[in-house]
Amino acid sequence: MIHCYQFDGLNIVLDCYSGSIHMVDKVAYDMIQWYETEPAEEVIEKAIAKHGITRDDAQECIADIDDLKTAGKLYAPDKYEHLAKDFRKKNIKIKALCLHVAHTCNLNCSYCFASQGKYHGERAIMSYEVGKRAIDFLIENSGFHKNLDIDFFGGEPLMNWDVCKQLVAYGREQEKIHNKNIRFTLTTNGVLLDDEVTEFANKEMHNVVLSLDGRKEVNDRFRVDYAGNGSYDRIVPNFQKFVAKRGNLSYYMRGTFTHYNIDFVNDIKQMLDLGFNELSMEPVVTDPSSPSAITKEDLPVVFEQYEELARLMVERYNEGRPFTFYHYMLDLTCGPCIYKRIAGCGSGTEYLAVTPWGDLYPCHQFVGDEAYKMGSIYDGVQNLELRDKFASCNAYSRPECKDCWAKLYCSGGCAANSYHASGDINGIYEMGCDIFRKRIECAIAVKLLTSGLEQPGQKEE
Amino acid sequence: MTRIVTVETRDLEKSAKEGGCGECQTSCQSACKTSCGVANQPCEQLSK
Repeated sequence: MIHCYQFDGLNIVLDCYSGSIHMVDKVAYDMIQWYETEPAEEVIEKAIAKHGITRDDAQECIADIDDLKTAGKLYAPDKYEHLAKDFRKKNIKIKALCLHVAHTCNLNCSYCFASQGKYHGERAIMSYEVGKRAIDFLIENSGFHKNLDIDFFGGEPLMNWDVCKQLVAYGREQEKIHNKNIRFTLTTNGVLLDDEVTEFANKEMHNVVLSLDGRKEVNDRFRVDYAGNGSYDRIVPNFQKFVAKRGNLSYYMRGTFTHYNIDFVNDIKQMLDLGFNELSMEPVVTDPSSPSAITKEDLPVVFEQYEELARLMVERYNEGRPFTFYHYMLDLTCGPCIYKRIAGCGSGTEYLAVTPWGDLYPCHQFVGDEAYKMGSIYDGVQNLELRDKFASCNAYSRPECKDCWAKLYCSGGCAANSYHASGDINGIYEMGCDIFRKRIECAIAVKLLTSGLEQPGQKEE
Repeated sequence: MTRIVTVETRDLEKSAKEGGCGECQTSCQSACKTSCGVANQPCEQLSK
């Protein structure tokens, strides 16, 4: 399967199953598409008629395409479906936990998928004892994995910061005993992000996710405290101080865009103006009937925004002022292997969320939905049927993905998004698919436009 | 090849033989939390 598209004068051909990417001129762009289903002679005749090239020229192009086909870089067949057949059921080990250390929040954002941190339940704080048992549970069930990930999440984890620090100390002690490497992540709204937190996080947190929606009026539309006051003026200085001290360590400034700010590139520009360079901007996850939900009618604008963002990245790269956008980060040579590409994020199998009282859920987005409770850190994963369902949920499990060129980039998509959109983790969230495909097209275009490679025929065009 | 430039990418078929160690980061832990893919995940072995 191939996917061909154009971006600002680039002609791009993606070969789905080999993972190959080709930049081609207009002639090859047509011929590669025709040759997928038509015989060589017909393709040659069509190329001569349309592009006015010589027969020798057209034949040479066909020969080049044939060489790529022989090398497995064009029209590569799907050789992976058998890998998807239960390969993850064989030996499921847990390697990541999302610790819900605080089911409470000091902000009251109405669009919050976690219902202001409470996950549709009561406010709660994780005790040190529960957190400690969660770390033991992770290590006990991690098997051969050396690298383990623990995210302090909420609600707002800084409302339970002392426990977070104690758990880091406990994790550091245990990783030595068990020969593991624990990578801690903190996700915070910034209200309580002070010098002490900054110093500790810069020493111990592998990654820190900071929540800011961009422009003041955009941020303060939803990200307000319980008195209704916007958070922007309080959190931005905290974030700026934090990032100034972060050095080369990883962080993300993460925003959410909604129907009200589908011109979200302006929010990304605001983040850049504030001095943040590691950015992520996510479409809101909410009930489709909510006025903040992205609508189908919004999609053309959303797509334009992703294109504008790609151009902005190239422009800033050329000016020596690059920035990172999470969804445009692609490592073409050292990216994920085919197993990861098929399996996806690992929710419900190698990645679980832990509630303040120790219950296990497939991921943070399922917390609060009793039907998705998998077990507890005390009794382990009890709902094996549910675990098997998540283990079987991958790039090959949805009929809708069969002919999608992007399935080995998205692994079939987010199970939680699918569930909320269709009622089944093996369904699809169609709008999410549309957005994902657009992002991958733009991400690859950015890589090509900053690669230093020149597209054939570009000079004449 | 005068009309085609092939960009260097990881060979997915080869990765079926050499990959699958599982040491890479769980995708959703890093930044998105609501709609992740795997394309932007570096391989723990190759990116060292």
